[in-house]
Amino acid sequence: MNATGQISGFGWEHFHHDADIGVRGSGRSVVEAFEQAALGLTRIVTYSPIAADIRVEVECRQCDLELLFVDWLDAIIYEIATRKVLFGCFAVRIEGLFLQGSLWGEPVDVVRHAPACEPKGATLTALKVARDDSGIWTAQCVIDV
Amino acid sequence: MDPAGFTQIDPVTWRIEPTGAMRVPAIIFADEQLISEMDDKVGQQACNVATLPGIVSASIAMPDAHWGYGFPIGGVAAFDPEEGGVVSAGGVGFDISCGVRTMLTGLSVEDILPVQEALAETLFRQIPAGVGSRGEMTLDDAEMDAMLTGGARWAVERGWGEEHDLDRIEDGGRMEGARPDFVSDRAKERQRREMGTLGSGNHYLEVQAVAEIFDEQAADAFGLRVEGVVVTIHCGSRGLGHQIGSEFLKEMASTAPAAGIILPDRELACAPIKSKLGERYLGAMRAGINCALANREILGHYSRQVFGRYFPQASLELLFDVSHNTCKLESHVVGGKRRELFVHRKGATRSLGAGHPVVPQAFRAVGQPVLIGGSMGTASYVLAGEPTSEEKAFSSACHGAGRAMSRHAALKLWSGRQIVDELAVRGILICSPSSRGVAEEAPGAYKDVEAVVLAAERAGLARRVARMRPVICIKG
Repeated sequence: MNATGQISGFGWEHFHHDADIGVRGSGRSVVEAFEQAALGLTRIVTYSPIAADIRVEVECRQCDLELLFVDWLDAIIYEIATRKVLFGCFAVRIEGLFLQGSLWGEPVDVVRHAPACEPKGATLTALKVARDDSGIWTAQCVIDV
Repeated sequence: MDPAGFTQIDPVTWRIEPTGAMRVPAIIFADEQLISEMDDKVGQQACNVATLPGIVSASIAMPDAHWGYGFPIGGVAAFDPEEGGVVSAGGVGFDISCGVRTMLTGLSVEDILPVQEALAETLFRQIPAGVGSRGEMTLDDAEMDAMLTGGARWAVERGWGEEHDLDRIEDGGRMEGARPDFVSDRAKERQRREMGTLGSGNHYLEVQAVAEIFDEQAADAFGLRVEGVVVTIHCGSRGLGHQIGSEFLKEMASTAPAAGIILPDRELACAPIKSKLGERYLGAMRAGINCALANREILGHYSRQVFGRYFPQASLELLFDVSHNTCKLESHVVGGKRRELFVHRKGATRSLGAGHPVVPQAFRAVGQPVLIGGSMGTASYVLAGEPTSEEKAFSSACHGAGRAMSRHAALKLWSGRQIVDELAVRGILICSPSSRGVAEEAPGAYKDVEAVVLAAERAGLARRVARMRPVICIKG
């Protein structure tokens, strides 16, 4: 069982919550942290590989960076729920408090992906978007499943 | 939590006196073992709730309380709109009106056992569950609004339920005051093909056998007998409820400071009941309640269809349907005075005692059925509301076992295959698309449900009527 995708301090991980699952992404920029957290979101559902057959564009605008992060994850959850697609690759662009994201994925294959549980909403619990002293950005919150 | 940090009122009641910004005390109902095993965050969250404007009497936590979102899961709090009271999206939770319904089959375990495997497979095939599943129906805009206004009554009118079910559902199966026009297009789009789906995580459909009766009179009134078989469904308002919760949570979090509300935790995001935002949330949240009531009614209808194939004589009568993530306007006596309050129950069940006028006539002599879900390998319970729950907890009781460990921790201890095999040896069939999902929901990941319901009984919230053991469990 692998619950992290950590490479030299950059990547995603799941962290403890009694009822649900925390996701944390980290990277050299806030963009990388958001992208890695999105991958952690997908890994709540499945550890299986996901093909990049479909591309979906999303946009979010918020009043602060932390709520923008919640909006970003909620936008992905919305696309999973309405398109029945899982995403395995993400590209984020942020200007001020406006985010444009590209998601690549494929339709859910219940046998191959064996989805463990359904992410239903990003919460404000354990919500943090911050840069540490070494310049590494972290974006995290608990996902309601 | 360390019980030493509380004032012990009696063996199952613990109190945190108001300090700092707390307007009222926090009260936790639990025995010493349960409270010792609760995360420190439960106490912190209960104290945070106690700081919200207009809160009445106390911030309350049930015996199954665990770390939630702003409110603890298992939290109860009432707010008075005449005293600046608030409504909180976090206090209702994301899965608006998540709840439980139990249906009586009229069958015995010996009727089920010869077809147990085939019945399990058919239920698993016919009940849409898990990521990627779609319902059989697609709602256009007009039907969506009709569903959000009509609740279970809408489902019955469309042929997905029976008229007499409505007497056995809270609020007669339809929540008044729903405003589909306050529900976003995205929330509606998310629900368009999700009616009649079970979901995933801790949601389930179980075929259960009554293992033990504690209260013969109430069991008679509820139609429960030892070795009788029931079907229990646990799910909620699916994508629509979550979208409503997510959208209003962010809006409330960003506007609370301007409304003069100081939030100790952003997840406690709320708005004054008497405000445009509060009114919009209440209208949307009530539409979410109707969505959940309709969804469980449809799932009950599917269950009837499947049972009808194997047991044409079985009629599957609804025992009761309760919601445990709601905010409802209710009349309560506080300090000898009747007040109209907005009662938030986040992971807590309404628990009306005998004689209460809202309890259906068939149960009025014994109290409202309170349905308590366990885990897939342990017991579930049917309780009856106690009149003393009015004074103690605004007529509320616990809602389930409550998780004892995270999904991450559960995955380190168990594999799905191991759980399925172990339960099969005990005569319990598990059907799930995901081995990992089964491991995350392992019975050992939950608290001892017997300790939880016993604490609720000792606290005077609800009393035990019957214990059920699982026979078939369908997980998303």
